[in-house]
Amino acid sequence: MEQRIAVLVSAVIGTLVIALFAIVARSARSTGSADDIAAAAARWRRTTFWGLVVLFVPAIAYSLTKTPYGSEVTAASVVVQAKGHQWAWEVAPDTVRAGQPVEIRVAAADVNHGFAVYDTNDRLITQTQAMPGYTNVIRHTFAAPGTYRIRCLEYCGLGHHTMVTQLTVTAAQ
Amino acid sequence: MTTAASPVQAPGQTAPLTGAPTVHGRGVVATYMGITAIVLALLMVFGLLMRASQAGFITVPPNRFYQLLTAHGIGMVAIAGLGGAGVMWFFLSRYVALSRAILVTNLVCFLLGVVLVLGSIFVGGFAAAWTFLFPLPAKSVGVWGMGATAAYLVGVLVVGVGFLLLYLDTARAIIGKYGNLGAALGWPQAFGKSTADAPPPTVVASTVVTIINIPAIAVGAVILTMSLVNALAPSFAVNALLAKNLIFFFGHVFINSTIYMAVIGVYEILPAFTGRPWKSSRPFLLAWTATMLMVLTVYPHHLLMDFANPTWANVLGQIMSYASSLPVLAVTAAATLANVYRSGMKWNVTTSLLFASILGWSVGVVPAVLDGTIAINRVMHNTLWVPGHFHTYLLLGVVAMLFGFMYFLAMSTGASDSVLDRAGFWMYAVGTIGFAISFLAAGAASVPRRWAVHDAAWMTYGRVGAIFALIVVLGTVAFVTAFLRRARAIGT
Repeated sequence: MEQRIAVLVSAVIGTLVIALFAIVARSARSTGSADDIAAAAARWRRTTFWGLVVLFVPAIAYSLTKTPYGSEVTAASVVVQAKGHQWAWEVAPDTVRAGQPVEIRVAAADVNHGFAVYDTNDRLITQTQAMPGYTNVIRHTFAAPGTYRIRCLEYCGLGHHTMVTQLTVTAAQ
Repeated sequence: MTTAASPVQAPGQTAPLTGAPTVHGRGVVATYMGITAIVLALLMVFGLLMRASQAGFITVPPNRFYQLLTAHGIGMVAIAGLGGAGVMWFFLSRYVALSRAILVTNLVCFLLGVVLVLGSIFVGGFAAAWTFLFPLPAKSVGVWGMGATAAYLVGVLVVGVGFLLLYLDTARAIIGKYGNLGAALGWPQAFGKSTADAPPPTVVASTVVTIINIPAIAVGAVILTMSLVNALAPSFAVNALLAKNLIFFFGHVFINSTIYMAVIGVYEILPAFTGRPWKSSRPFLLAWTATMLMVLTVYPHHLLMDFANPTWANVLGQIMSYASSLPVLAVTAAATLANVYRSGMKWNVTTSLLFASILGWSVGVVPAVLDGTIAINRVMHNTLWVPGHFHTYLLLGVVAMLFGFMYFLAMSTGASDSVLDRAGFWMYAVGTIGFAISFLAAGAASVPRRWAVHDAAWMTYGRVGAIFALIVVLGTVAFVTAFLRRARAIGT
């Protein structure tokens, strides 16, 4: 969902900006009054500025309700301990149930790692950093059963790309 | 100290550029840009090798891949800084009395540091990425030794010392001319009732770079030294979260300053062809002051997945990410379009590169802002989406600005664009866009960044990316050879 939004917004705005630059590039051979153009540009600048502000304020406000910090806290959470080592994950237990709130406590034994959860379609669904001296907590409820991959997303040395393990999600009871 | 020399005039320029540096100053700047051109091409080849390996076209062993990754990252940050400094010094010396000796000292420090860094990587095997996140430099699991770690950290420190001297000199020269940094930022005109002419855009941008880079380099020096002490005496521990904050403050500010230095070329060169001066209007002055404040406070957007970082800091990082796009999209892009629109200008490679650079900067801001959204960062952080957006505004932004400036210098010797130059531009433009899109698409498909070996399902992105990267490299080779062929004449 978030990936689609990012692609769509980038593609639409990127295309508009490229089109605008292309139009101006084509216009360069002709001549016009510099003063008139400067006045039009000032109006365009004001419109763009306030247009973006009007767009940004609700976008920021809404998106900040969706942060992963401390969400979905419930007493019924199953706790999973995850620790990154150069270069392997230690995850216990490695099986949870679908529909059950899970609290994954992520730590690191040596250097920084990135604990990233990929769903059964190999899409990244959530992540946090695994840091020496800290425990970062992911709270997540897996919707569907299957085999979820855990990959390291913070560069940690020679075996970084081999830091892959699995989390099994069984069907809800 | 520099004094004004003969005006700079390239074919197609409507107004000669007066007050340019002396022949000696131009010679040092030409040396800066020559080194920049060669290093850029070399580091792009490193990038091409990495992408070709991820695509399965060639096999680069993981230890070598991560060495290339480290050299590519730290090298690109440093060389963008060197090239940007060349652009800034060339034009700033039109307005204030800069020291050529300091410019040379910075270059000497740069070369000394580069020797140490390259030695640490390709002789010592150091591969902790440019980010050298604590405590990875000291914990390689036997892949590299303490000597390599020390050489890398000291090498980067030496490069930083050179840049610090340069910015102290720009601060001295700017304050000497304008009295204080606030006046050089145009605050009396922006916030007061002064009706005097505001300082020129070059001075305003250079002042911002000076103000932001002195603390950035100082902070970088602190974490480099702390990491060095830790590597030599492990009982001296550093808080890993503090280390990340220091590293990303330093890294974010420094890499952004490369754009702010290089864009001075756009402010100075485009108007010389369009005949429309770039004015320090009130919105321009306000935009630069806002940019200065935002670039110093936005860096927590690199730490959005560090849940232990204070939430207020990460929220600030998101808000500042959005806000910092406003000066680029509403002021710089608008002014560039207005400068060129129906100006009667004849396109050449110089103006095409400079115009395209603002396009690259503007377009690249969009996926960057999205990635700065905490809810989106959760599924995009450290995927290839990230190199997707920063390659857009670095490759088609800052590097295009640097090449545009190089062409300007080369053409000021009386040369004119060849078919190869024009072909180089189109290869570079098309290659860069295709290359960046391949990264963004891969990031949207959750492909991780900084992985030496890719799953088979990800290789299509790598193949497309490698082909476009090759086109970028070919365009770059055309630029580099064009510049080097004419470079000797610039300093004579």
